[in-house]
Amino acid sequence: MSSPTAPTSVKIAAPPREIEREPLVLNNRSLGWISDQIAGIIEGKTPTWWWVTMLISLPVMLMCFTMIGYLISTGVGVWGLNSPIAWGWAIVNFVFWIGIGHAGTLISAVLFLLRQKWRTSINRAAEAMTIFAVMCAGIFPMIHVGRIWFAWWLFPLPNANGPIWPQFRSPLLWDVFAVSTYFTVSALFWYMGLIPDLATIRDRCKGFFGKFFYGLFSLGWTGSNRHWSNYEKAYLLLAGLSTPLVLSVHSIVSFDFAVSQVPGWHTTIFPPYFVAGAIFSGFGMVLTLMIPLRSLFKLEDLLTIRHIELMCKVTLATGSIVGYAYGMEFFIAWYGGNPYEAYAFQNRAFGPYWWAYWIMISCNVISPQFFWFKKLRTNVVVVWILSIFVNIGMWFERFVIVVTSLHRDYIPANWAYYSPTKVDVLTFVGTFGLFMVLFLLFIRFLPLIAISEVKGVTNQADPHHPLGGAKGGHH
Amino acid sequence: MTDYSQAYGLLAEFETPADAMHAAEKIRDAGFSRWDVHTPFPVHGMDDAMGLKNSKVGWFSFCGGATGFTLGYLMVWFMNSFDYPVVVGGKPLFSPMFPFPVVYEMTILLSAFGAIFGMLFLNRLPKLYHPLLKNRRFKGATHDKFYVIIETADPRYSEAETRELLESAGCKHMEMVED
Repeated sequence: MSSPTAPTSVKIAAPPREIEREPLVLNNRSLGWISDQIAGIIEGKTPTWWWVTMLISLPVMLMCFTMIGYLISTGVGVWGLNSPIAWGWAIVNFVFWIGIGHAGTLISAVLFLLRQKWRTSINRAAEAMTIFAVMCAGIFPMIHVGRIWFAWWLFPLPNANGPIWPQFRSPLLWDVFAVSTYFTVSALFWYMGLIPDLATIRDRCKGFFGKFFYGLFSLGWTGSNRHWSNYEKAYLLLAGLSTPLVLSVHSIVSFDFAVSQVPGWHTTIFPPYFVAGAIFSGFGMVLTLMIPLRSLFKLEDLLTIRHIELMCKVTLATGSIVGYAYGMEFFIAWYGGNPYEAYAFQNRAFGPYWWAYWIMISCNVISPQFFWFKKLRTNVVVVWILSIFVNIGMWFERFVIVVTSLHRDYIPANWAYYSPTKVDVLTFVGTFGLFMVLFLLFIRFLPLIAISEVKGVTNQADPHHPLGGAKGGHH
Repeated sequence: MTDYSQAYGLLAEFETPADAMHAAEKIRDAGFSRWDVHTPFPVHGMDDAMGLKNSKVGWFSFCGGATGFTLGYLMVWFMNSFDYPVVVGGKPLFSPMFPFPVVYEMTILLSAFGAIFGMLFLNRLPKLYHPLLKNRRFKGATHDKFYVIIETADPRYSEAETRELLESAGCKHMEMVED
């Protein structure tokens, strides 16, 4: 108990300017400005570049579907697969897309648990990217089974043959469960985050259709604090559930390889190495998408240089983990004393696919090292170009893992060289069309930055801050 | 005299989260039960200011997870060891180890369902009608304003005293909301 004459508060010196953090929303923007700016993107006129990109992406997407139709009607012979390379681009593309799909949940869940408030400006778009990337990924395991009309046998559904149930010892079946759970939980998490923002747009909407659909999907949200209380708890739980989920999904994808006996695949380092690679490629893709959007929609105050710098740091850290894993794989191949394993790795770097290996090393290990320099991290053009290299490198990583481990079987009579056909290439390019169409629709009709979450990290939102209306003294 | 049979409650608008929070503390201390605070984002500390208990969403999530875990193991046991037993590599028909990845994913999936659908159930969402959503002024609740609503159905509600309480909390604008 303090006597009335005693000073009510001890004066603490303000921290020196150098260690003060840069604000997450620049130029002291008001709460209303945040919703005006983000909802304004949806309410405004459709920009010309949007139509141009859409008109390019649509035919590319249709090409993907055409190629899939051709594959189904003709057979997997239209792909470049041979014996012993029975897993080609389909699996490479599957792992590539699913890897990209990891940044969204990492940003929304792991960074949330770590109280990284900067995530609020990028989580919505990154989650959308995740969902669309998982959709693109999901196409490939479906179509690579050959007789696609039996793809439903992947699921434990009763059938007329007994029924014959799937064999749960197979890591491919684990993958079915991991990827479908990941897609479902990511989509629900994304939608739950959207509810308050859809309500914001509902309340601003003028047109009938907008009022109807935003009203319908915002579920009658009123911003009640009794609701927020349950909502925040559910959000925290989902973040806590998505964190082991995101780590398990790419671990299980890596089991597709690691659980087999093939030299070059059968390694215990695969799960953590795949997860680090997935985060690396996911952040690469987030940077590739967000840097142009930031300037096209004038979002510099919401998606600040600090955000880009922090994403670069994550890319640098995960890229270095991936580089370490590449080195460790070689070390174990030598130290393990298994001649087949040693050969597989030697062949990877210096065999017929040496070019793919060194593209992978340059893009994944060398290119992120530029992010050690603040000057380069804060230059959006440099960051954007390097992020493209990250995307390329991570595709090659999966190509190297899948193809180089398979193309030289134990006896030289079973050696072969694998090259993709036009159908392989056009199907993969086509998935970018599908991805872009979905992403463009997302940025046109849904808030691409989480409005309520960004408001929540400003000083105006803090009831203990003078900008939030605190009178000072007793807090 | 106004006819309050049609009135839903008294809506008070505040400019800052701190004002809304102080108002909430006053209303909590005055012993109201049918009232709420509406904000564009979750205000840190508002649960305490309103005297809300810890959310029950966790129980829904836990029950979902427990169901997923049990269902996952039961499914694999039924499919691979009971209904269609196939010996693979001379190993036992069932072990808790090999289906673990599947059971793990099922646990997460159903826990997530529990969290989301539990949240929607506790919040009684989706809701097709709410009197506040008819109010033009209330559109600020998803924009940049903070609202306190005290329902006329609250046993402690009386127009003059409640108005006075909200005014003393620093409210600048107040209006009746019709049901």
